[in-house]
Amino acid sequence: MKARVTVTLKNGVLDPQGKAIEGALKSLGIEGVESVRQGKVFEIELADGDKAKAEAALKAAADKLLANTVVENYRVEVLG
Amino acid sequence: MNAAVVLFPGSNREGDVASAIKRITGKAAKIVWHADEDLPSGTDLVVLPGGFSYGDYLRCGAIAARAPIMNAVREHADRGGLVLGICNGFQILCEAQLLPGVLQRNAQLRFMCKEVFLRVERSDTPYTRRYNAGDVLRIPVAHGEGNYTADEETIKRLEGDGRVLFRYTSPEGKLDAKWNHNGSTNAIAGVLSEKFNVLGLMPHPENHVDPLIGPTDGRGLFESIKTVLEAA
Repeated sequence: MKARVTVTLKNGVLDPQGKAIEGALKSLGIEGVESVRQGKVFEIELADGDKAKAEAALKAAADKLLANTVVENYRVEVLG
Repeated sequence: MNAAVVLFPGSNREGDVASAIKRITGKAAKIVWHADEDLPSGTDLVVLPGGFSYGDYLRCGAIAARAPIMNAVREHADRGGLVLGICNGFQILCEAQLLPGVLQRNAQLRFMCKEVFLRVERSDTPYTRRYNAGDVLRIPVAHGEGNYTADEETIKRLEGDGRVLFRYTSPEGKLDAKWNHNGSTNAIAGVLSEKFNVLGLMPHPENHVDPLIGPTDGRGLFESIKTVLEAA
């Protein structure tokens, strides 16, 4: 069973890396870029089983390690 | 005084801090492996040294903060024991939630390795007894992620409780964005826990203790700890 955890910075938290990427995209002439926020994606392979249980385990993983909830939000998806 | 320096895979300042402790207190620190579950008995100071634990994977300090030894460090801190985190050690303390806030990428996005000026905000703490409030210290820094940030409420609480112990300032001790090298909120370089027994700071006082190398402004921090622990 495949799953994905996406970690992003909370609104209002400064993201100097996102800013730098935004600047680089603009200097490449890519049009219409208003802002960039950088985050992380974790692709996780789970033993097959109960989907609700898998979601609970992924939430625990995100809370305990994958995200720093002081500055980051996360989203958990079980892709099946 | 019994100091324990925790060694994580990727730590690289454990030797510097152990040498500073030996030089100033006369007693060697014990080096403790991250996978151990207990601190040596009688430990009264735990140091989390600088470096790049776990190669800064995931987030600086994130994986080290979940190492087996950290349960013992947390218990030591809960009992009021002294815990000093320097540079990566500060990042680990934040990730372990022994200190509030996070250390983000430096605002100018560059690794910074140089001397900075630090203002001591108060002298009535276990770490600054041998300084005076307002003293300006010359101390080296070497980090890419030292930009201290926390939500507004946390910053307000830290400031209100007097838990900001060091700030980046000009050589005269004036606050100025130009001297706040990594863009930290309120130029914060070091913060204390609620009970003032846990300190995290980005600069490296252990590197300015030997007159052979240059200034010795970092000595006072270790002398303060020694004074406090020996009086206890």
